[in-house]
Amino acid sequence: NSSKVSLDSETMATKEDVQDPRIPKIASSIRVIPDFPKPGIMFQDITTLLLDTEAFKDTIDIFVERYKGKGISVVAGVEARGFIFGPPIALAIGAKFVPMRKPKKLPGKVISEEYSLEYGTDKIEMHVGAVEPGERAIIIDDLIATGGTLAAAIRLLERVGVTIAECACVIELPVLKGREKLGETPLFILVTSDAA
Amino acid sequence: SLPKSLNKRESERKTADFFIFRSSLTMSGNKQEEDPRINGIKTKIRVVPDFPKKGIMFQDITTVLLDPKAFKDTIDLFVERYRDKNISVVAGIEARGFLFGPPIALAIGAKFVPLRKPKKLPGETIFEEYELEYGNDRLEMHVGAVEAGDRALVVDDLIATGGTLCAAINLLERVGAEVVECACVIELPELKGRQRLKGKPLCMLVEYR
Repeated sequence: NSSKVSLDSETMATKEDVQDPRIPKIASSIRVIPDFPKPGIMFQDITTLLLDTEAFKDTIDIFVERYKGKGISVVAGVEARGFIFGPPIALAIGAKFVPMRKPKKLPGKVISEEYSLEYGTDKIEMHVGAVEPGERAIIIDDLIATGGTLAAAIRLLERVGVTIAECACVIELPVLKGREKLGETPLFILVTSDAA
Repeated sequence: SLPKSLNKRESERKTADFFIFRSSLTMSGNKQEEDPRINGIKTKIRVVPDFPKKGIMFQDITTVLLDPKAFKDTIDLFVERYRDKNISVVAGIEARGFLFGPPIALAIGAKFVPLRKPKKLPGETIFEEYELEYGNDRLEMHVGAVEAGDRALVVDDLIATGGTLCAAINLLERVGAEVVECACVIELPELKGRQRLKGKPLCMLVEYR
């Protein structure tokens, strides 16, 4: 799509290519909790990353280096762990931060997008007027699993005329094929985990 | 008619209080010494009437986050205050404390510790109960996140009755941390939350009456 300013192909390299030397420490700072929230799930706990000041700083720095100066005016973060990584990135690149929340949390007028869960559906909401048509956004969450939430966030932003340059997560669980739900939107991640 | 020695202590205490009060003026919303950035932040806060229920004037900080300068100024004001205070932990209260706590933590080189509603944290937790208007709720923290001797800041977007902040202070003190201060963007002083902080000081940027 020639109208987009594209991130150059080297920075789009996946984990298997040249790995940033900061990544192993970031990966090892993530704690895996078995059987949470239910038996069989190996939960990727980023709270231990947040306790490691160097790992947390490096995580933010990697994202900032990737997105600074690329015309990104919106960082959208998915509640609640996206709120931890999104704002520091937004502040460093001079973009607005837009929280995307579960229903009934945002006080003003909202638009919603529904998405499927394993059983049933859920909704993600954004304030009307937070973003404007033509803006370029990145969407941040701590982890991509099935991709349902991120796909809903993409749809929500696209409905109001925003272009999503990329989705960015600390962790991907590739076994769950979340990337496929994102359509044409690229995904950038720091760490992959086979635990799912 | 008090003995001279008591008078001297009393006047020293009053002098100390005076200096503490004056140094907090720049952050207290007192107009005489207000940092020039505060007005810019205040004008960005959106008040939403009757949310979450009739009669409540909700202080919406999402509009501050939409203004990169106002958001940066908010963080800078707190960072300037805390960077030389040897703070090792910034504890942020879910979910809006997560918006302000991490940028402060990163800038001052402290760990960030999320304090969450029940069942969100995956590892072993401790909890503290607090009162709502109707019923109770709980705040949880991961075991091991904070160590005895840690110097902690508690961050939230707003202090109303102070119940959640009090629960946060209790959690941190129970594991042996020292709570240095609570930091909020907004205070609703009429709800007297400041008095529920177990004697800990409160730093806020904007008052709403």
